[in-house]
Amino acid sequence: MAAHEPALSIRGLAKAFGGKIAVNGVSLDVPAGSFYGLVGPNGAGKTTTLSMATGLLRPDYGQVVVHGVDVWSQPLQAKRLMGILPDGVRLFDRLTGEQLVTYAGLLRGMDRQTVAGRVADLLRALDLAKDAGTLVVDYSAGMTKKIALASALIHAPRLLVLDEPFESVDPVSAANIRDILHNYVDSGGTVIVSSHVMDLVQRMCDHVAVIAGGHVLAAGTVDEVRAGESLEDRFVELVGGRNQAEGLEWLRTS
Amino acid sequence: MVAHLVRLKLTLLRNGFRRSPWQLVGVILGGLYALGLLAMLITGLFFLSYTDPATARTAVILGGAAAFVGWALIPLVAFGVDMTLDPARFVTFAVPMPQLLAGLAVGGVLGIPGIITLLAALGQAAAWWQHPAAMIAAVPCAVLAVLTAVVLSRLTTSATTALASSRRFKDASGVIAIVPLVLLGPISFGIMEGLRSSQDFLPVLADTLSWTPLGSIWAVPGDLATGSWGAAAAKLAISLLALAVLAWLWKLSLARALVTPAHNAVASRKAGNLGLFARVPATPAGAVAARALTYWLKDPRYGASLIVVPLIPVVMFFGVSQAGDLTPMLWLGPILAFLLAFSISADISYDNTAFALHLAAGVSGLADRTGRAAACALFALPATVLAAVIPVALMGRWELLPAVLGLSLGTLLSGLGLSSVVSARYTYNVPLPGESPFKTPPGSGVRMMVVQCLGMVALVLLVLPEGLLALAFVLTGQPLWGWLALAVGVVLGSVLLAAGLRIGGRWYDRRGPELLQAVSVNK
Repeated sequence: MAAHEPALSIRGLAKAFGGKIAVNGVSLDVPAGSFYGLVGPNGAGKTTTLSMATGLLRPDYGQVVVHGVDVWSQPLQAKRLMGILPDGVRLFDRLTGEQLVTYAGLLRGMDRQTVAGRVADLLRALDLAKDAGTLVVDYSAGMTKKIALASALIHAPRLLVLDEPFESVDPVSAANIRDILHNYVDSGGTVIVSSHVMDLVQRMCDHVAVIAGGHVLAAGTVDEVRAGESLEDRFVELVGGRNQAEGLEWLRTS
Repeated sequence: MVAHLVRLKLTLLRNGFRRSPWQLVGVILGGLYALGLLAMLITGLFFLSYTDPATARTAVILGGAAAFVGWALIPLVAFGVDMTLDPARFVTFAVPMPQLLAGLAVGGVLGIPGIITLLAALGQAAAWWQHPAAMIAAVPCAVLAVLTAVVLSRLTTSATTALASSRRFKDASGVIAIVPLVLLGPISFGIMEGLRSSQDFLPVLADTLSWTPLGSIWAVPGDLATGSWGAAAAKLAISLLALAVLAWLWKLSLARALVTPAHNAVASRKAGNLGLFARVPATPAGAVAARALTYWLKDPRYGASLIVVPLIPVVMFFGVSQAGDLTPMLWLGPILAFLLAFSISADISYDNTAFALHLAAGVSGLADRTGRAAACALFALPATVLAAVIPVALMGRWELLPAVLGLSLGTLLSGLGLSSVVSARYTYNVPLPGESPFKTPPGSGVRMMVVQCLGMVALVLLVLPEGLLALAFVLTGQPLWGWLALAVGVVLGSVLLAAGLRIGGRWYDRRGPELLQAVSVNK
């Protein structure tokens, strides 16, 4: 195994939904040990790309390899290496938070002692310990996001794929989650996050890819991509579609 | 504004159909069924008026009052029956109150229940065709009655918005509401019995109701027909006053609901109670079983089908005991086994996109299928054995037990195997997690019915061997055939279950992402 083998390698990934092309030939290499940001406007194909990369959505074309394991020809082995936080899916919300994370661990074939210890650690780290016995259906949006993250971390994966992990999470919890993720990367793990908060990605990630209209517009280290500008300005420049502030003259209160 | 709300309602209705042609088919079938009932009702009234106007009047008043009660109470138990114009959705729009009220009222009439009620109310005019004045008066009275019904149901909806937003109340009411529905047969029989013994009671009840807002509007045409002009005028006044008061109350409660957003306070609980997860083997299949069992107990969509189980014997016993012959009760075991085994055939549809966790965790198809089948078998097996033994015990004919038990167990085991295959292949539109068990997306029933019918045919073929052996026992009376039926039922059933788990598991492994796609369409 080469030391520089990428944690995740995507080649020519494409998907169309009923004639509408959502992802059109995306290729990406996520280096092992990187903190990789995936940014793009709404509807750019981020969620579709990540779903195909994690084995949740069958691609029309393309190949995905995780640490040398092909996701679509050896799905079970590949999924063992990945922790996934999908966006926009439900959880088994009639379970308590503690039951849900335990369930995620047992589903992966882990033994009971390990699961119990890790569940307690995760709930504490994500500040959910005092609500561990509450049904997930009664959680707030941010708590739901955190419990889903805990379910993705329970088996100590080598690659974490997080789709919009900070949406509706409060600032304190977001900072805690960032710390957890940084520690994870420092210890050799790889993280991919999708987001449309440029500022957050610029501060948190070392690599970034800009996706729009189902294409990769730019990819590389954050410094390469932003080329001296702020990531936000560079993003707007790449993606385009910025309206000059005219046309809403009536929206003036004075 | 009123036109806007009406158009919104129609657009929502139409777009609902556009998502699936099956829904349209279902709505058309449902509509035809309702129209057929309606035609029978109106014809009945028409002929009734020939012979006996007083009886027709009684029937109209009682039927009308029952319709009012239905409109008032159904929204309470069946949340989400029609929440397309839920007041909570208009909180952020500054719609003037009178227009909002008018729009919601008219919008409430549009929709299958409203239109059917309107047609039925108009149809009562047929009862008065011999009395032109009464017949003409029946038309505005019908419109007024439907308006009252809609305002009544809107009032209960907005008055209970706060209650309705509590999850616990929703869960409980959804499950409990099943009970009277299942027991509809025995209950209506009881009422009929009661009526037969007190035939004079009904006209008196109708007369009394006709002076209350529940019956007054329905009594006006009848009073005109019998020449009681004074009574008709007084009852019309009562109805108008009642409508005004109801509308005013509705306005008050709506105004309050619009400024009181729904909230849901829950006491937080600490860790330490893993429930069933602590009691199953620590394997993927064990975890799936614990999760499925937890859902059988906690999810009202499963709870609703669980609560039906003890009610079926009651309904059957009631139906059979009328005839004095308990023999048909012997079918209880196989029927219950079929229902329970088939109840897991929509398991993945019920999971909805939460199923993504199974896919992401790389659960093998065999483990998933085994866990779900084991969870069902855990209570279905004792229930089936009881259902097979109890009728035999009641009849005191123990020699029948091996054959009955063999057929019941064979049906359960083969059925579980069949369900394990079906749910890995077919998904239906079912109520979403957290929705009322009643809220079937219109028309989805047709697809489910087709799959269930085919499933039933397949199951009949699968249990044919033990069925034939049981038949041989009944025909010859040789106990050997009965014991053979039991042996074949258990052995063949187990083999078919194992085969079903394996085939279903293989399909599941191959089609996992496609299954997730299929269930995520329904949201």
